[in-house]
Amino acid sequence: MHFSIQNILFLLVAAAGFGLFAWQVRKIRANILVGRDRDMSGNVSERLNKTLLVALGQQKMFKRITPALLHLIVYVGFIVINIEVVEILIDGIFGTHRALSFLGPLYSALVGTNEVLGALVILAVAAFWWRRNVKKVRRFTGPELRMWPRLDANIILYVEVILMVALFTMNAADLKLHQIEGVDLPGAFPISSLLTGLLPDNAAALEILERVGWWAHIVGILCFLNYLPSSKHFHIILAFPNVYYSRLVPQGQFSNVDSITHEVKAMMDPSYQVPAPATNPDGSAMAPTPFGAKDVNDLAWTNLLNAYSCTECGRCTSVCPANITGKLLSPRKIIMDTRDRMEEKYNSPLIFQPNLYGTEAKHAEPEVLDKENHTLLRGYVTPEELWACTTCNACVEACPVNINPLESIVEMRRFLVLEESAAPNSLNVMFSNIENNGAPWAFSPSDRFNWADELYVAAK
Amino acid sequence: MSNLAAAGEEPEILFWVGCAGAFDDRYKRVTRAFVRILEHVGVKYAVLGMEETCTGDPAKRAGNEFLFQMQAMQNITTFEGYGIKKIVTACPHCFNTIKNEYPALGGNYEVIHHSTFLQQLINEGRVGVAGGGEFKGQRITFHDSCYLGRANNIYEAPRDVLATLDADLVEMKRSKANGLCCGAGGAQMWKEPEPGKKDINVERTEEALAALDGNAAALDGLLGVESGNAGATPAPRNGQQRSIIAVSCPFCMTMMSDGVKNKERENNVQVFDLAELIATAEGLNA
Ligand code: SF4
Ligand code: SF4
Repeated sequence: MHFSIQNILFLLVAAAGFGLFAWQVRKIRANILVGRDRDMSGNVSERLNKTLLVALGQQKMFKRITPALLHLIVYVGFIVINIEVVEILIDGIFGTHRALSFLGPLYSALVGTNEVLGALVILAVAAFWWRRNVKKVRRFTGPELRMWPRLDANIILYVEVILMVALFTMNAADLKLHQIEGVDLPGAFPISSLLTGLLPDNAAALEILERVGWWAHIVGILCFLNYLPSSKHFHIILAFPNVYYSRLVPQGQFSNVDSITHEVKAMMDPSYQVPAPATNPDGSAMAPTPFGAKDVNDLAWTNLLNAYSCTECGRCTSVCPANITGKLLSPRKIIMDTRDRMEEKYNSPLIFQPNLYGTEAKHAEPEVLDKENHTLLRGYVTPEELWACTTCNACVEACPVNINPLESIVEMRRFLVLEESAAPNSLNVMFSNIENNGAPWAFSPSDRFNWADELYVAAK
Repeated sequence: MSNLAAAGEEPEILFWVGCAGAFDDRYKRVTRAFVRILEHVGVKYAVLGMEETCTGDPAKRAGNEFLFQMQAMQNITTFEGYGIKKIVTACPHCFNTIKNEYPALGGNYEVIHHSTFLQQLINEGRVGVAGGGEFKGQRITFHDSCYLGRANNIYEAPRDVLATLDADLVEMKRSKANGLCCGAGGAQMWKEPEPGKKDINVERTEEALAALDGNAAALDGLLGVESGNAGATPAPRNGQQRSIIAVSCPFCMTMMSDGVKNKERENNVQVFDLAELIATAEGLNA
């Protein structure tokens, strides 16, 4: 153990990196909490189980085998490489070198696995890059994947490669240094041992290379950590709480609006006692909340958590019947719009606000947007998109991190209908049919039993 | 129902006919087929007749929560008045709404979709289609309705029912949890689709026809099917042979029938509900 200027520098860099990250996370947390309250407590074991299967176990990824395998490599690589990060942190703080090497054979196995995974990650990333930029898999296109999301996806891939290269530089230089000195380096290096030939034979140069690799790896990781909150890659963290807080009820079950229940009950039974409206902590009456959602703060906090967990993979949009047949609706866009609007409205001071760049370019028809009404509804999402939804739940089923675009869509439809009476005319006709005839079609209730007229039941 | 109640009798089940089952000319045939099955097996059932009113499903999906709850409360009052405990319906939308959304409003019932109900009758041996009747060997493909499948995880019941027909069952490329919507849910039934490249029901019908004809090449013409998807392709057939698209929802019925007309295949492709298939195979649709 020898303390040096390097240790102090490392401590400063690490503290700054983690501190900045914590600050950003707090901003995002505050953004999510502007959403409406929704009680998600209870069912802990069922929720943990789901998190284990869907988030940790990647259950829903395996609906598509190729990307699932590629993703699994990067994901397992990420977890195992984190053990190495622990070692880097210990070494950096205490001035040790390969602090975990006392683990002996276990250490060798760890480092060896790490090396193999590192190489596989580079291959997987290359495949991802190819799928995205050369093969142009259909779901990686679309108007909502405007400049920034496109760049973001590639930045993540490049950074992953840089981190792996730094890792191999560090290991290979360290290995060669030890070989020159004739000392055994603890650990197994199946990949780095192949790379030593590429390095200079000069011990001083090797020492510098090893340090460069080491610093590049850890600084790279800290930078990446602070990049996450601005990126779809934040899902590596939020996928877990997002799955934990996902709905446990059948997908077909839509929420009932409680305030309307009270109103309807009071209409049907004049003696019904409507509960007193909620008050602010100081006892004053709360501003009335609108029916449905016009802006992000009208959505539930879980819907907002959804928006920050989205990986922009487009699996939802690629199965959406409306989108498939060329309608304007894209569930992924609804989710991305929600995130963009949160950052616009609450001006979340992330390091930079990439999600706001190129907003204009995202919309196929910007003229349908009402820029005066700068809210989620009309400012980002147009009624035309909302009315195209068949509420089929395909998007909900497809999302690997259990995001529910449908809930947000229905909330905005509620606002259009209940607050603005802005449903398409044919739907208004349907509403009045139900009101007047008890059926969505214009038939008289007295004809309801006519089907039985032609009923002939075969004798038994 | 009111007649039974007046006689002081309690039915085993309430058959919830639904607006489509009561008013849609095509789906009235399904209502009658299902009643024939009920009569055949001797289940004591009742219908509400003119006391039935829309469950509120289309209003709710369209965002009109107020209208939905008015309808729901009205129906719950009727159910409570008759002491209803068990409800069977042939409409997945009515099924989903009564089963999942009425409890929060105070209406708790055992709600069963007719596909599950038919499956139970078959398992109990009360309906047994000896040798599949007239459907033996015919090619049938089942279209999953969203509100039965993804919404409520019912995938096997309708397939079990079809299996008793001894027919040549084939699956579409997108089926079960990956099934494609017929295009009518979420109140789309009552409005024109938004502008796009194609109507959803046409896309879905093309997929069904590709499965029925065993025409793998036709899948390439579809918009959302990723090529190279795993899944066996049924043996090719000549387009002249008669085949069937089985549905278990009134909206799917309308959408798929329109799709078949659009593709001008009415001469050899028919759309039937599960209840009709069973009733016909049992010789009940005299
Ligand atoms: S629920 Fe709506 S948005 Fe989601 S896939 Fe179906 S039609 Fe698209
Ligand atoms: S909502 Fe889910 S499926 Fe859709 S893009 Fe985001 S992560 Fe992917």
